[in-house]
Amino acid sequence: MTARIGVVTFPGTLDDRDSLRAVRIAGAEPVSLWHRDKDLHQVDAVILAGGFSYGDYLRAGAISRFSPVMETVIEQAKAGMPVLGICNGFQILTEAHLLPGAMLRNNHLHFICRDQKLRVENAETAWTSDYTVGQEISVPLKNVDGRYTADEHTLDELEAEGRVAFRYADLNPNGSLRDIAGITNAAGNVVGLMPHPEHAVEPLIGTGGTDGLGFFTSIIKKLVNA
Amino acid sequence: MARVVVDVMLKPEILDPQGQAVQRALPRLGFEGIADVRQGKRFELEVEGPVDDAALARINEMAETFLANTVIEDFTVKIEADEKAEEPK
Repeated sequence: MTARIGVVTFPGTLDDRDSLRAVRIAGAEPVSLWHRDKDLHQVDAVILAGGFSYGDYLRAGAISRFSPVMETVIEQAKAGMPVLGICNGFQILTEAHLLPGAMLRNNHLHFICRDQKLRVENAETAWTSDYTVGQEISVPLKNVDGRYTADEHTLDELEAEGRVAFRYADLNPNGSLRDIAGITNAAGNVVGLMPHPEHAVEPLIGTGGTDGLGFFTSIIKKLVNA
Repeated sequence: MARVVVDVMLKPEILDPQGQAVQRALPRLGFEGIADVRQGKRFELEVEGPVDDAALARINEMAETFLANTVIEDFTVKIEADEKAEEPK
């Protein structure tokens, strides 16, 4: 069986091509999904790619959250379908309340673009099983609205339930609370993170490493063994 | 047409670096004595028809679900005076 993994394109999405490519390099069948199409075309998992959907005009991810495709994604995610939100995709997942908290302007107000070291904190989600807890990976980071925020109660809950999936390792690039770079929902099928694993899947581009490939191989194993 | 204004502000406990940047610039420009600045958003809605309780309830719902993200922001909704009722200047 070949896993079919969909990547949604919203107006303003930038990283859909890289995400589709990462899916193909990892060995699954990439499927392009369109924001105005409610139909997920029998995909087994969905990636919300990075970019600036709808220009981030209201808040990052706020308008996309109400697009037709998200109606189905929200419904299916709640039913257990794996969903990965990268950068703008993570912002969309928080706006859709599939993940708790919210994303704010970086504390220094600058757009940052750098290779970012991350520590894997949860290797049991649908998208992280090919990593090990404590492993450090390096993937590109590029955003201006990357400061993860939630109230103390929510943060404590995320920590207690092991739902902080990734933390910034060498430095916190944007003022994210508790150095949080990525989180998962309680079921482990929905994961959001700010840095871009899809830009680190082959030696020629991105960091020059393949540290991001694990996201895509993890989900393939999960789907094939399902 | 009536105008309804929705003001959206970051919650007090949320760090507002934009407001801080503005506040830090003020002394350089010769504006002294401002202890703190917080920056928000103002939406001016021109409403077709009367702004009755039902219309206000819809606008509240709109503010809560879309204009503001209540995880990080508070909002207020207020009706502004009908512009046509004002005396021409």
